[in-house]
Amino acid sequence: MTFDEEYFNMGYLDTLSYKNTFIHRLDPRTKVIATFMFIVTVVSFPKYEITGLFPFFLFPVLVFSLGDIPVWLVLKKVLFVSSFAVLIGIFNPLIDNRVMFSLGGIPVSGGWVSFFSIMLRFFLTISAVLLLIATTSFPGICHALRRLGMPELFVSQLLFLYRYLFVLMEEAMRMVRARDMRSFGGKSRGIKVFISLIGTLFLRTMERAERIYHAMLSRGFTGTMLFVKTYHLRVADFTLLTALGVALYILRTYDVVGTIGRQTERMF
Amino acid sequence: MSHHIVEFKNVFFRYPDGTEALTGASFRITHGESVGIIGANGAGKSTLLMQMNGYLLPSAGTVTIGDLQLTKKTRPEIRKKVGMVFQNPDDQLFMPTVYDDVAFGPLNLGMNNEKVQERVETALQTVGCLDLREKPPHHLSGGQKRAVSIATVIAMDPDILVMDEPSSNLDPKSRRYLMNLLKEFEHTKIVAAHDLDFILDVCRRCLVINNGRIVADGPAESILTDKSLLEENNLELPLSLQNRSIV
Repeated sequence: MTFDEEYFNMGYLDTLSYKNTFIHRLDPRTKVIATFMFIVTVVSFPKYEITGLFPFFLFPVLVFSLGDIPVWLVLKKVLFVSSFAVLIGIFNPLIDNRVMFSLGGIPVSGGWVSFFSIMLRFFLTISAVLLLIATTSFPGICHALRRLGMPELFVSQLLFLYRYLFVLMEEAMRMVRARDMRSFGGKSRGIKVFISLIGTLFLRTMERAERIYHAMLSRGFTGTMLFVKTYHLRVADFTLLTALGVALYILRTYDVVGTIGRQTERMF
Repeated sequence: MSHHIVEFKNVFFRYPDGTEALTGASFRITHGESVGIIGANGAGKSTLLMQMNGYLLPSAGTVTIGDLQLTKKTRPEIRKKVGMVFQNPDDQLFMPTVYDDVAFGPLNLGMNNEKVQERVETALQTVGCLDLREKPPHHLSGGQKRAVSIATVIAMDPDILVMDEPSSNLDPKSRRYLMNLLKEFEHTKIVAAHDLDFILDVCRRCLVINNGRIVADGPAESILTDKSLLEENNLELPLSLQNRSIV
C-alpha cells in the first residue's frame, strides 16, 4: 500500500466518526464505558469457551447497522492486526494436546479449542474498539477519558497527537512524493534516503512544536488545557448502559446458547 | 488613548547564532492605526513581530506596548493586549476542534463558560465561520483555516492585532474576503506582508524595513508609489500600480 492510500484511508475512519446517527450522538463517556464493559466481559470467559462467545457478535452487528459503518473497512483493519493474535495463540495446539472431543471422527485437542477461542475474543474486542473510534470523534473520546479521571497530561498528549497526526502525515506525504518524483522508478529509494527523510521530518516537527508553543503562549497558555464542557449524559445514555450491563451479565452467567439448543432439540 | 500604542525605541536583536536581525529599529504606532510592514526576505519582519508579544526580548533598546515596557515580567499582560495571527494556520490552530480553539484564549483569560461561549460565537460570526465550530481543523480549507485563526485572536478582544503574512496561500476570493474583513476592524492593526496590494488596500501607513532597521515610514500611498525607494529595498511597485498590457 502506498503512503497516499494509507493517508486517505486513515482520514476515512476519522470522517466516519463525524456522522450523525443514534450511536454517534451518544455521550462519548457512554461509549467508552460500554466498550470497556464489553471487552472485560468477553475476556473474562474461561479458556476453552467458544459457544458462549458467539452471542456477543450481536453487539458489533448492532453498532455496524445503527452507526451506518461500512463493514469491510473495519474487517480489513481487524484482519490487518490479526497476525498478532495468531502469533499469541499459535503455540496452543502444539502445547495442549489433550483431546477434548472429536468432530466427525477427527479428534480436536484442547489447544485448537483455546486457539479458536483466542481468535474469537480478538475479533470481538478489536472490532469493538474500532467501532468506538468509528462512531466517536477522537476529541470526544479524549474528553470522555478526561472526565473519567485520566490525567490531564495524557489527554493533552492524545489531543495533540490527533491534531498533528494529519499535518505530519501530509508533510511526510509531500516529502515522499518529492522523493519519488526524482527517483525514476526506484533507483534511489534505498534506506539511506529514507533515513535522511525521517531526520528532516523530525527536525521540521521540532520547529513546528516551537511555533505551536509560541502560538499557545501568545494566547495566554499557563500550563493547563482548558475546555468548555459541552457533553451531557441523557436518559438514552443511562438506559443504554443499564441495558448493556444486564445483557452482558446474562450472556456471561447463563448458558444462553446451550439453553436455546436444548429447547430447539426438545421442540423437534 | 495612550494604552494602545506600540513603541520601539532603538531596538536591537541578535539571534543566538550571531545573526543581527534588528539593528536599531525605532517607530511609534498609535491607537487605531493600520500599519503595513514590508521588506525583503530576511529583512527582519518576523523578528520585529515576535518582539511585539514578547516571544523574543530585545537585546538592547525598549519595546513599549500601551503603558507597559516589555520585560519578562510584563509579558503575560502584554500578550493580553496583543493578538498575534501566525503565518501558518496549522501552527495557530492546535486544538482538536474549531470551537475549542477559539475558546482557548478566553478560557485562559479566566472567563466563565457563558462568557466564553458568547465570545466564541461572536468571534466566529465576525469571520463568517460559525457553521464550522464543531469541525476539526484538518477538515477545513486554507481560507477557512485563516479565518478561524483570526477568530481565535479576536475572541480575546485584543487592543492590537498583529498579523504575519495574512494573505499567503489564499485564493483570490478568500484574500478579498479577508481584506474586507480587516478593513472593518477598529483595532490597531500591524500587518507584515509581501503582498503589497494587500497592504495598499488595508493599511493607511507603511514601514519599510531593511537590514533590521526602519528605512522609510509614511502614508502607504506615498511609500508604495515610490518606485525607487521600493526597488532599493528589493521590493517593487504593487502589481495594481504596474502598467502591464496583455499583448
